[in-house]
Amino acid sequence: MKVLVAVKRVVDYNVKIRVKADGSGVDTTNVKFTMNPFDESAVEEAVRLKEAGKVSEIVVVSMGTAQSQETIRTALAMGADRGILVASEAELQPLAVAKLLAAIVAKEAPSLVIVGKQAIDDDSNQTGQMLAALLGWPQGTFASKLVVDGGKAEVTREIDGGLETVALTLPAVISVDLRLNEPRYASLPNIMKAKKKPIETLSPADLGVDDAPRLVTLKVEEPQRRQAGVKVASVAELVNKLKNEAKVI
Amino acid sequence: MSVLIIAEHDNIALKSATLNTVTAAQKLGGDVHVLVAGHGARAVADAAAKITGVAKVLLADDPIYEHGLAEPLSLLAVAIGRAYQAILAPATTSGKNVLPRVAALLDVAQISDVCAIVSPDTFVRPIYAGNAMATVQSKDALKVLTVRGTSFDAAKADGGEAVVETVTAAGNPGLSAFISQQVSKSERPDLTAARIIVSGGRGMGSQENFKLLETIADKLGAAVGATRAAVDAGFVPNDLQIGQTGKIVAPELYVAVAISGAIQHLAGMKDSKIIVAINKDEEAPIFQVADYGLVADLFQALPELATELSK
Ligand SMILES: Cc1cc2nc3c(=O)[nH]c(=O)nc-3n(C[C@H](O)[C@H](O)[C@H](O)COP(=O)(O)OP(=O)(O)OC[C@H]3O[C@@H](n4cnc5c(N)ncnc54)[C@H](O)[C@@H]3O)c2cc1C
Ligand SMILES: Nc1ncnc2c1ncn2[C@@H]1O[C@H](COP(=O)(O)O)[C@@H](O)[C@H]1O
Repeated sequence: MKVLVAVKRVVDYNVKIRVKADGSGVDTTNVKFTMNPFDESAVEEAVRLKEAGKVSEIVVVSMGTAQSQETIRTALAMGADRGILVASEAELQPLAVAKLLAAIVAKEAPSLVIVGKQAIDDDSNQTGQMLAALLGWPQGTFASKLVVDGGKAEVTREIDGGLETVALTLPAVISVDLRLNEPRYASLPNIMKAKKKPIETLSPADLGVDDAPRLVTLKVEEPQRRQAGVKVASVAELVNKLKNEAKVI
Repeated sequence: MSVLIIAEHDNIALKSATLNTVTAAQKLGGDVHVLVAGHGARAVADAAAKITGVAKVLLADDPIYEHGLAEPLSLLAVAIGRAYQAILAPATTSGKNVLPRVAALLDVAQISDVCAIVSPDTFVRPIYAGNAMATVQSKDALKVLTVRGTSFDAAKADGGEAVVETVTAAGNPGLSAFISQQVSKSERPDLTAARIIVSGGRGMGSQENFKLLETIADKLGAAVGATRAAVDAGFVPNDLQIGQTGKIVAPELYVAVAISGAIQHLAGMKDSKIIVAINKDEEAPIFQVADYGLVADLFQALPELATELSK
């Protein structure tokens, strides 16, 4: 069976974000970009399914500027077979990404689509669920364990109260948590091999999708900063302050 | 204008996050209706009808809604929700599972983790792990929002006298089935509702050592939380994780023990009223957000704290 994995190029999670002075957005000049951490887990899971003989081909898709090719190359070096870049200079919001993915699913007919549970830039946590809705497929979100067997997937999901396990009929969409696996580092030979793997480039128009944003960002601001407080010298002083100054215990 | 809220519950009791969502809904203006979809969930509907500010409760009682599976629940929410100007749910794992599916079926955007309502079409939400706040305006006729509980006060759970209307189920696509649930049981208060949280990080070192924290939590009547690193190390279960990709909390007092203060963790707790940090590394970034910082080894500080609190 074929698996489709969506990978997004995002500002690295270690970068200290700066909001632009004019409030128009976040400053992304000269900052490090990487693959969204959740998507690394998505790629890793697909590669493991392939290694286990359950998957025959892994197609990775990234959408955005031409630099998203780098993110696709990273996935190819981890073990994916080929890539699709949906090239767009415009802002792609989750509904548009889901529609573009649905159009690719119509072309590629995978049995499983694996996405990250959330992109760490927009923190939306929507695309997988939206894609499942558009396709009329079941969804296994926030997965920390995935077992694919025959025409079914058993997904253990991280929920507020603990864990939940559901059975889904394939084809299905899975959104993954970081705890699903430990993504591998690509080896040098595999990075070299990845350079020869094919990447197809498409535009939203090629896919017949209206990708216009539904939300307009009016402004982006710094959150309220907390003031650092005081250091206390002892546990006794701490308890005294909590009781008599802060009055919280 | 009328607003539909998808209630969060376990078929027995209404989850308090629903109350915060009612307050957000009132800020949109118009009538507030609550949809309770569940199985044997009459008591939940009755509780929802008593919330101050709720005008009507819709109860869909059917076995297909017992476990809140997104596939059948989203069909129901769409069938009913089309008549409303906005559909809201708490930004919990259930709300986040279902609402994007509802929005896509309605061909509208979904807005996650709404922290403030500027006007009926303009909302503030965090991006980049809360390191920036975006004000976004929706061009869709119907708004679909998940609401961050810590940003809105809870509506009063009593005083209301809404009618409960039953609605029929909307069909089951039969694509998914519930198998099992492993719900952590604890005598301590729920993390998202606790007044005090005592939280441990990787520096706790082991599951065994978390007992030191639990002792403090019990003395303070607090909930226990953790960082992703502590959960990944297997010290505590996943549902204790606080942060960008865990729970968002804002208690009166948050005690962070052996937690370095990574932005992804701060994203989940920096709105706490008072923050205490106990860490042996005086350079740890957590001290930059702490009201009271104690540079100390936890193995000395926690037993001392236990004794001090018993006085
Ligand atoms: C995409 C993504 C999402 C993430 N989401 C989350 C999230 O939701 N929540 C979250 O918490 N993290 C999250 N993380 C992880 C985050 O980046 C940090 O790795 C994590 O928060 C660190 O946890 P920690 O502070 O427990 O561990 P560490 O950073 O290892 O810090 C341990 C601290 O313990 C102190 N210490 C050690 N021994 C003692 C002692 N005996 N006494 C006193 N102090 C001691 C040390 O000085 C140190 O400061 C995420 C990461 C990524 C990439
Ligand atoms: N521009 C994009 N290109 C490829 N995949 C994406 C893109 N945006 C979102 N995704 C996928 O959808 C997941 C969830 O993103 P979001 O809904 O934006 O939080 C990500 O982890 C990716 O797997």
